[in-house]
Amino acid sequence: MRNVKTIALTLTLAAILLGRVPAAYAQVELGGNWVSLQHEDWEERGPGPEVVDYLGLPLNAEGRARALRYSTSSLSLPERQCLYYPPHYVVLGPQGLRLWADFDPTNGQVVAWNISAAIDRAVIKIWMDGRPHPSENALHTFAGFTTGVWEGNTLTARMTHFKEGYLRRNGVPSSDKATFTMHISRHADTLTITGIIEDPVYLTRPHIVNRTWKLDPSSNINPVTNPCVPEAELADLKGEGTVPSYLPGENPFINEMTRMYHIPLEAVMGGADTMYPEYRKKLKDAYVAPTICTRYCCGWGGAAGATAPGLQCVTGGNGQINER
Amino acid sequence: MTRHSLSFVVAIATVALGSGRLLAGQGRAGQPPAPPPTAKAAAPIDLTGSFVSIVTEDWRWRMVTPAKGDYQSVPINAEGKKVADAWDPAKDEAAGEQCRSYGAAGLMRVPGRLRISWQDDNTLKVETDAGLQTRLFHFGAWKAPAQAKPTWQGDSVAEWESGGRGGATTGSAPGTSDGGSRRFGDLKVVTRNMRPGYLRKNGVPYSADAVLTEYWDLYKEPNGDQYIVITTYVDDPKYLQQMYVTTPNFQKEPDGSKWDPTPCSAKW
Repeated sequence: MRNVKTIALTLTLAAILLGRVPAAYAQVELGGNWVSLQHEDWEERGPGPEVVDYLGLPLNAEGRARALRYSTSSLSLPERQCLYYPPHYVVLGPQGLRLWADFDPTNGQVVAWNISAAIDRAVIKIWMDGRPHPSENALHTFAGFTTGVWEGNTLTARMTHFKEGYLRRNGVPSSDKATFTMHISRHADTLTITGIIEDPVYLTRPHIVNRTWKLDPSSNINPVTNPCVPEAELADLKGEGTVPSYLPGENPFINEMTRMYHIPLEAVMGGADTMYPEYRKKLKDAYVAPTICTRYCCGWGGAAGATAPGLQCVTGGNGQINER
Repeated sequence: MTRHSLSFVVAIATVALGSGRLLAGQGRAGQPPAPPPTAKAAAPIDLTGSFVSIVTEDWRWRMVTPAKGDYQSVPINAEGKKVADAWDPAKDEAAGEQCRSYGAAGLMRVPGRLRISWQDDNTLKVETDAGLQTRLFHFGAWKAPAQAKPTWQGDSVAEWESGGRGGATTGSAPGTSDGGSRRFGDLKVVTRNMRPGYLRKNGVPYSADAVLTEYWDLYKEPNGDQYIVITTYVDDPKYLQQMYVTTPNFQKEPDGSKWDPTPCSAKW
């Protein structure tokens, strides 16, 4: 019996050394604290997008119509204050991430990878043990259901079963039929997540977004979120109240992007054709650049966050529009 | 386990390690080692073909020329701001500098199409229809000519980074049909010796000292879509407070029929 054990151990060891069995661990260590690098889409992720700004989104007519009905004030309703964003907010929002693995205590295998929650998003658990996705009719949650597979040094995760919510913080909708794919790659101390969102209800093609984070062991990123307690924030929303929204054709902010940035309304409304280089050429004769930047010009850190001496920037500020 | 058994295990392990080295070395005692494979033969991923920009990020700063003084999202410093505030596209055109926003550090964010092919076994060529630019990625022992004059696309040294195997950590590989057999990896490209140019159409500058580092990843989706995602670092202490990190992406197209050569323009 002892000899049998010895032979088995020997063969196992030899096979591992020759690389003929699956690795017990991830190819790349993803664990740690990652701070967000907001060198792309800072305004959308930081202070928030303009009220009607659907640039770069492959929206269909239904998605556009629903987005135009949205009023941010609806988030003041007590029953909506604690709603999470869908899990794809991990690449659409501004937060840093903490990643950690769950190990099988009997053999050390990685059973799942976890991505920390944010104040407005649930923890994402990526199952690595080959389990199937549940039935199409299974419960949809704020976290969704995600399975992962290593493709070389990239962790590819496919998510289904998450609740409806928003694709952009200005009310662009995301349905409960949507799916979300993440390609998580680490290059040196930078983490890149490519997110691909498919939504047969509101999008005409996959929406692809890439974000980066930098490893920072000194950052303090909470892996879970704090409890949310709703309360009536606005006097006229106490009691019977109303649901803030705009009727079709009555959104008062529809021309803001054109007024401030000279972007034609057709482009502001989004659509797949606006995402391709051909559209840039189409705009050539219709667009005249504003003469000077007046809002959020530095974006990144603004003047207050900048370390360079003498740097001054127009930051605008939340809700403040500097008229030209 | 007896001491004898333990010795046997160690011996087997030693043989296994040794055979691994032998396989890796591709040679046997007394015979010259085989030459290393060319970059083309060693490519773990196939980046060749026609690709199109999908502009979902920073649309307002890429699809149209933003206002002068709009540096949003760029970690610009005071010196960089000074240069950007002096941006004059008419002056650039007149000086023959209309390709400043098509230099290597900004080119991949200019909406357009890529045509990627092997110029030779160790040089990958990336052509753009926007600005009619050509980047050459040199593999192996290539060295830039001494005291070469800076160019818009600079001197690029490339290497494949092996990605190992695919598959789930345990069990089967959900969501992919070929996990475990496909080759994976990425392309790392470091570019220096660039002419000073613009990170953005509106004159946000990078200097001649800038170093561009890129990681090219290729992702294949179950529906057949293929995307190149380029994690891009621009390191330029002269005009930036920290590295500028962006991630332009491209989708593969079936052919090059939408290739639309467009010369550089400082004004558009």
